[in-house]
Amino acid sequence: MTEDVFKALADPTRRRILDELVERDGQTLFEICARLITNHGLGLSRQAISQHLAVLEAADLVHSRREGRYKFHDLNTEPLECIVTRWLRPDARESNP
Amino acid sequence: MRINLTSVFVDDQEVAKRFYTEVLGFLLKHDIPMGEDRWLTVVSPERPDGTELVLEPSGHPAVQPYKTALVQDGIPATAFAVDDVQAEYERLRGLGVRFTQEPADMGPVTVAVFDDTCGNLIQIMQGDMA
Repeated sequence: MTEDVFKALADPTRRRILDELVERDGQTLFEICARLITNHGLGLSRQAISQHLAVLEAADLVHSRREGRYKFHDLNTEPLECIVTRWLRPDARESNP
Repeated sequence: MRINLTSVFVDDQEVAKRFYTEVLGFLLKHDIPMGEDRWLTVVSPERPDGTELVLEPSGHPAVQPYKTALVQDGIPATAFAVDDVQAEYERLRGLGVRFTQEPADMGPVTVAVFDDTCGNLIQIMQGDMA
């Protein structure tokens, strides 16, 4: 799981997606695409952004939520706390590779 | 050549007629029986002789999968221009309209997206491109 978080954060587009979700939680794929292009000039295909979201979801950094016929994406910062306590509070260290 | 019609596929023409006139505030232009369905169009009160929006029946089998896929990803079927997105957002919310995207600045435009209760998302926009 920790490995997935580092991998997810290693990509600048995925970091931008997280930036935009900090700005506002609960976005549709349409809104995420629009924000990436207008705020960051990132004109990626919808499929490419879907794939980035899948990587973020696998790392548990993004939760997708279905509400009726809609699908929204929320930020989950919990995995971030797990990776920084390793250096900030070494006493709390569990088993970090 | 002129663009005088545009259309959205609506699940139920009667529901659509009410939503597009009573909630959105468009004017009924044509409502003509055509077999099982109707030739149903509305216009903006700001441009009663302008482009007509056809509220098209969704009976063709390709329509539902198309609409479902767009709605799931939050993609609007069409967009309307407004003077003030925030004010329109508040007015529509007050009438019980469900928004999937609250007003947001997107470069030259401010946009928001709502559900038309007929199987579509509709974007409202304000700004240079609207």
